[in-house]
Formats: sequence, structure tokens, C-alpha cells
Amino acid sequence: MKIKVKLFATLRINREKEMLMDLPEGATPKDIIGQLSIPEEDVAILFINGRGRKIDTIIAENDTVSIFPPVGGG
Amino acid sequence: MIQLLLKMIPYQFFHPWEVVDLNRYSRNISTLSQEENQVLLQSKVCVIGCGGLGGYTIEMLGRLGIRTITAVDGDVFDETNLNRQILSDEHKIGQSKAIAAQKRMAVVNSDVKVIPIVEFLNESNAQSIISGHQVIVDALDNIPTRFILQEACHSLQLPLVYGAIAGWYGQASTIFPNDKTLNKIYRINTSNGKEKELGNPAFTPALISSIQVSEVVKILINRGDLLRNKLLFINMLDHEYDVIDL
Repeated sequence: MKIKVKLFATLRINREKEMLMDLPEGATPKDIIGQLSIPEEDVAILFINGRGRKIDTIIAENDTVSIFPPVGGG
Repeated sequence: MIQLLLKMIPYQFFHPWEVVDLNRYSRNISTLSQEENQVLLQSKVCVIGCGGLGGYTIEMLGRLGIRTITAVDGDVFDETNLNRQILSDEHKIGQSKAIAAQKRMAVVNSDVKVIPIVEFLNESNAQSIISGHQVIVDALDNIPTRFILQEACHSLQLPLVYGAIAGWYGQASTIFPNDKTLNKIYRINTSNGKEKELGNPAFTPALISSIQVSEVVKILINRGDLLRNKLLFINMLDHEYDVIDL
């Protein structure tokens, strides 16, 4: 199934801003970050279709997954 | 017409016991009405952290006429602060950031009382530090302490204006007592924010601090849209300004 993935801030370094991924049925955001070599601790905000979701949520065809890293400085 | 006449009556007429130089705030009007300016003059805001974000925030709050500002930071300036922290300069290396905030405001706007607290916020002092203010500003530099502050604001039912920065990126939100918005912004309470790799340049704290101060003002005057249950995420490198529903 086709999934759109959007990466924000530093997660774009050496990766695309936005990409289409072909994933098997039952895939989760954990599979996406694994394929993209993003460490789990770099995932601060995780959206599926604009709503906050857990890293092991099952994704559906045509979903958009957005991932933001932790920003905490002052 | 009556309203116009009322606006022409000096503030001292209503508060004869204190003399306030309203001409100082004349450029705030009509962005802020005279009544709204008076609200600011009577407000108390607590800024947690007097570094990159906090320095600019205290500067703007004081110039706006927030008459009582509590400035909280247990840290002293070092050379690495000079690239961005407006309260720092070469003569202040080794000196308290909170006391620098007090000294700075004494020469910018002597109407404003800055109360320095030379302590780092922690679970045992958080509630006593923030108590008695109308709005709390999160200008901290680490994620775990932000959660301590959110919990203290929840306990005392105080609004919290959050801001955080890393490199080209910054974000802000307004957190009302029961919102627990940080739990949505940080899936994991980690001490490894991206600022550890990216550092912070001069321009990012100034930008995010401006957003935070405008949120503080809107809370105090009860006007405009707040970033409540929303995150403003700014990427200056690619010019992206997203307001995300949380």
C-alpha cells in the first residue's frame, strides 16, 4: 500500500522532505522510521492524517504520516 | 464620543496615587487600547529561564509595561551565550542571568519591577516560584524541566506560554492548566532535544520569544486567537510556518 511520509526539521537532513513509500498491509510508523533509519528517540510528534498517533498504530492505504523531532532549547 | 473623551483623560485621573508616564506607552496605542495598556501595567508575569528566549521575553514584557516580572534562572553567563542571549555581554561573563535581567530593566523601564530568583526550577520550588502571577512563560532550555513546569502550572491552574528552539527551527504553544499539551509535543520525555546537535543562532530565540510575548499579551487582555491546543512550528531554513492542531 502507498503511504505519504512528511519529515520536518532535522529529519530532512540526507532524506527527502516528503516521499511516497510502499509498505505491506499492517505496517506501522515504526516500520517507516526503521526504513528511513530514524532513531525512535528522534520522533517527538507523530501524526497520521493530522492527528497525533502512537508509533505502533496500524497505517492504512493513502495515509499521510508526519514526523517531527524533539525541539527543546531556549 | 464619550469613549473618545474618556480615552483623553489621563491614567492618573483613575489612579491618582501613582504617577505613570503614559507617553512612554503611546506607541502601544492603538495596537493596545488604553484600557488594555492599564491591564498590562497591573500584570505580573513569571519568566522561567533568562537565556536566549527569556532575555528577549523579559525585554519585551518590560517595554510593554508589564509592571512586575519575576525572572528565574540559577545560571551564570558564559562565553557561549554571547551569540544570542540579549542579556549577556563580555562584562557579564560569570554573572547571574536573573540579576542581569533586573539590572537591564532598571535602565530600560524603571517603572517595571523585575524580581530575580537565582535558582533553577525543580519539583520542590516550582509552585512557590510561579504562585501569584497571571501568566507563566516557559523559556527553559531542556525538556524534562518543561514537564515539571507544566505540572506546577496545572496544579496552580495558571496559563503557560511555551517556546522552544533548535537551530533554524522553533515552536510555540499556549497551554491552559488542564491541556497537558507538552505530552503531545514530546512523545517521550527526553533530554536529547535537537538543540544539542544544532545549537541556537542569534535569530531563532528572538523570533520565538516574540511569538511568546504576543501570546502573553493576548491572554492578559483577553483578545485575539491563542495557540491553544496548537503548535506553531517554524522552519526558517525552508520558510515554513505551520500551525498544527494537536
